[in-house]
Amino acid sequence: MAEEMKDLALEVKNLNIRFETDDETVYAVNGISFDLEKQKTMALVGETGAGKTTTVLSLLKLVQSPPGVVNADTLKVVGNDVMKMTATELEAMRGKDIAMIFQDPMSSLNPVMTVGEQIAESVMLHEGLDEKAAMEHAKEMLALVGISGDRVNDYPHQFSGGMKQRVVIAIALACRPSILIADEPTTALDVTIQAQVLELIKKLKDEYKTSTILVTHDLGIVAETCDIVAVMYAGKIIEYGSLEEIFNHTKHPYTEGLFNSLPVMGGDRSQKLKPIKGLTPDPSKIYPGCTFAERCPYATEKCTQGFPEYKKFGATHIVACSRYDEPDFHIERKEID
Amino acid sequence: MSEVLLDVRNLTKFFQTPRGTLHAVDGVSFTIEKGKVLGIVGESGCGKSTTGRAILRLHEPTSGEVFFEGRDVCKANKTEMKQLRRDMQLIFQDPFASLDPRMAVNELIREPLIRNHITKGKAETEKRVKELMDLVGLAERLYNAYPHELDGGRRQRIGIARALAMEPKLIVCDEPVSALDVSIQAQVINLLADLQEELGLTYIFITHDLSVVYYFADDIAVMYLGKLVEKAPAEELFKNPVHPYTKALLSAIPIPVLGAKKDRIVMRGEITSPINLPDACRFAPRCDFACEDCKAHDCALEEISPGHFVACHRWRNFVE
Repeated sequence: MAEEMKDLALEVKNLNIRFETDDETVYAVNGISFDLEKQKTMALVGETGAGKTTTVLSLLKLVQSPPGVVNADTLKVVGNDVMKMTATELEAMRGKDIAMIFQDPMSSLNPVMTVGEQIAESVMLHEGLDEKAAMEHAKEMLALVGISGDRVNDYPHQFSGGMKQRVVIAIALACRPSILIADEPTTALDVTIQAQVLELIKKLKDEYKTSTILVTHDLGIVAETCDIVAVMYAGKIIEYGSLEEIFNHTKHPYTEGLFNSLPVMGGDRSQKLKPIKGLTPDPSKIYPGCTFAERCPYATEKCTQGFPEYKKFGATHIVACSRYDEPDFHIERKEID
Repeated sequence: MSEVLLDVRNLTKFFQTPRGTLHAVDGVSFTIEKGKVLGIVGESGCGKSTTGRAILRLHEPTSGEVFFEGRDVCKANKTEMKQLRRDMQLIFQDPFASLDPRMAVNELIREPLIRNHITKGKAETEKRVKELMDLVGLAERLYNAYPHELDGGRRQRIGIARALAMEPKLIVCDEPVSALDVSIQAQVINLLADLQEELGLTYIFITHDLSVVYYFADDIAVMYLGKLVEKAPAEELFKNPVHPYTKALLSAIPIPVLGAKKDRIVMRGEITSPINLPDACRFAPRCDFACEDCKAHDCALEEISPGHFVACHRWRNFVE
């Protein structure tokens, strides 16, 4: 065994995922690499179709196959190679080492099981508790997420959207997983309820010392909850860095475009939004150059030839943009100190 | 003097349910001047969409009056209503569900022109379809495309073109960008803003996303459980919110700027049931400042400074 340099919760090298159907092959994730240190929270940011959800699903080996084909040089969850796991090992890992909160609380709960049974289920499986003890634990978990323990025998339809998402969180955290994957956990919720749920995730993260990946399209949520940001575009990470690096020293033209498109409350109302022109690329095509080149205001000839190499700025900031070959190249978004 | 285009007085829409009367919209009043944008914001179930629909009589109002250019919409007969429907258009939230999947782009835009005898003859209709496509930024090559071939942003542009085909004076935009990605959302917001300027349109912009209306509403109205709780010019509302609900709502929005940390007011509980409501402030059960008065009887909208309306018994405690 090679010596671990850092204490890593997740280790992903050169992850590729494609979906093969009769008509076409869709290249969803194209060579992603990242590490997640323990107790850190990483945001996976991007728009619809960027491959965020597919990436995190592969960490639990939940990409449906066929049509999905997953390849990776390394895909390790708390040091264990997910690619080599048997079905039994996967079952032992899911919910215990790594747990997931899905976007839509309405469809991720079983409508014919009480919420208590759904929380108890994983505890009985992983911790070997008997039913009575597991239901007691379910009550404690409900209380932890701010729902009265008396409601342990209620069914999902008896809860509101925000409360259902709390139940989903309680299920995910029931076995104190080392890693929590939250896939757009608040997108289906109202802002005031979103605030409650985000506060809860933050609190539990500190209490349980979980490492977290937060999948979101909302840069506001990222600013408030994450340590590290990976920006995805067309199945690739195009910029990666600390919160400070991404927000205040933005380097990639796509990241700049995202910030410029965003209406910011309290901003200058006389200024118009600056959207990114065009549309996201067709994932069934293979692009020889930078996938963002055709929408990029800075693109030159060379951008269409070969995907740019990752360049490192500072300690952790990594950017995939060929224009930085030129020593004096910079984007317009101002750096903030 | 600016001209009032729409005057809504005490608009009420109740639905009868097996469990009792659901107060979807409960005595909402406001006016919009011609060429202005009113943003109506609030969370799920606050009655913002129902308000928009009741104004167009897509939901028949239970009571109240809606004056459009001085005419009472609620008393209009069928023929008058036909004209009023042309003047007042609606853009829907989900651009996929609101378009017939078996009609191509040109047919979708042609339909309202023909149905309402807006253009005469094939040549004129054809010309208008192309003009409208150009106006909303749909490329000519999409003339024969079907909705499923297009992304959400382009589908929403079709919805906008269909509304514009009627040459309306007022457009009710019901969450028009909520289903879109940020980069596409910005394109559609800019399009709506340009069209408003170019054609002198008046908008009611219904949304749950305050940052979106902040950009182009002149006035913003905040709703909670069927009631209008605060209404003010956009800048004023963001700088000096008075109602405790408005304050909590504003503070809940995550801002994508580092160090923008503000004091978040995390509201307790959730929106209460809109069925069989007591005569009390609707927000009182979740309000940190609620007193006996708030629980004893409901409060009315008061003008606390020019153009700034608040419905709160205790507003005097919140302004210096």
